[in-house]
Amino acid sequence: MIRLEDIAWRAGAFGLEKVSFTVPTGRYGVLMGKTGGGKTSLLEIICGLRQPTAGRVWLGERNVTALAPGERGIGYVPQDGALFPTMTVREQLGFALRLRHRPAGEIARRVEELAGHLGIAHLLERKPDGLSGGERQRVALGRALAAKPRVLLLDEPLSALDDDTREPLADLLHKVQRETAVTVLHITHQRSEAARLADNLFRLEDGRIREVQT
Amino acid sequence: MTRRFDPLWLVLGVITGTYLLFLLAMLGATAVYSSPHDLWRALGAREIRYAIGLSLFTCTITAVLSLLLAVPVGYLLSRGRFRGREWLDAALDIPIVLPPMVVGLCLLIFFQTDIGHAIEKVIPFTYTIAGVVLAQCVIGAAFAVRTMRGTFDHLSSRPEDVAMTLGCSRARAIWLVTLPAARRGMFAAASIAWARSLGGLGPVLVFAGATRMKTEVLPTTVWLELSVGNLEAAVAVSMLMVVMAVVVLASVRLMGERV
Repeated sequence: MIRLEDIAWRAGAFGLEKVSFTVPTGRYGVLMGKTGGGKTSLLEIICGLRQPTAGRVWLGERNVTALAPGERGIGYVPQDGALFPTMTVREQLGFALRLRHRPAGEIARRVEELAGHLGIAHLLERKPDGLSGGERQRVALGRALAAKPRVLLLDEPLSALDDDTREPLADLLHKVQRETAVTVLHITHQRSEAARLADNLFRLEDGRIREVQT
Repeated sequence: MTRRFDPLWLVLGVITGTYLLFLLAMLGATAVYSSPHDLWRALGAREIRYAIGLSLFTCTITAVLSLLLAVPVGYLLSRGRFRGREWLDAALDIPIVLPPMVVGLCLLIFFQTDIGHAIEKVIPFTYTIAGVVLAQCVIGAAFAVRTMRGTFDHLSSRPEDVAMTLGCSRARAIWLVTLPAARRGMFAAASIAWARSLGGLGPVLVFAGATRMKTEVLPTTVWLELSVGNLEAAVAVSMLMVVMAVVVLASVRLMGERV
């Protein structure tokens, strides 16, 4: 479950006021809103990359508001994928598990499993420079899922892709969420994308949240 | 359809060509003035061989120290959001804009203060080899900081954010993700610090002195030989520095491609 309680945040003249909503456990939540409306800031608050000026962030039964990003048990996919520029795809997928000092055999098995599942097994030895937009997003998704997070946060993961790439990746996101039962919050400004994926649809308008579909 | 030629490119080409021609003419004239015999004789002098060795040693230490300083400072300037950042940024340029002699004089005066005396009880700097390194570092590090700031400005902070969500502390994310991505910039920063140190005379002369077989580096040699009217030796050592600079520049270009 992802639950925000009265979150407030301010940067200059722009701000979020009393933002509250809940994505129930195992559901696919989609947050829509205008560009520059604070969607990414809200996602970064859930990640722990920004501190709210007021309010609480709950992930499952834990109040994680004061926890560091790495202690929250989340997977995060930014808009451009933000792959690590010097690492191969294999290293990116194994990164979270290496940080957790998992045995090499377990890391290798998990990387192969993810790569097969996401259709990137043939890219394992490549570096980000040689990857297409869709491939980069698949790798970023695999990297976020590697440590089996309870919550997956997606910041416009399909917006930079062409139609041919967007459709299969949307299918993949849906499939991954159903198979892993991870709780997802997906940000987009595309209605069709939201309609296709959302179990719970929220709209961010003028710094406040409105739930439009459950 | 043929593209129309824009005369602006011709003007830009002429300006660039003239500038390059002037640089080459300057170096060419110096090269012609000196003969291989002069160069060989200069290399044969014990004092000059010492100056070459000391220059290579101190420039390399300076490059390493400058980089160790430039990476954290450059990162702070690039990614830090705090009041007075622009002032800090401007203040760190002071060694670049001050006349080199003044930098040396400031160092000399600082080490006459109580704090300076206390430091010198641990490591003596004034008129020592450590002083040569410090004088070179003051200038070299300022250029290295500028290079590292530019490097971090050009690197997205997003991968670092992602690494933090995956379990890294900020410091570990920098170590594992940002620094490997910044390696070309780090190489360039160290090279710039090295090159600036090789050619810097003012601070070294004032702060570390020009004692032969002690604190004499190559620019000091040129200055000493000129001051006694030995133009041939001064030109020969200058040519040697040109060759060293070209070798370093070429190596940086070649290695920079591979790093």
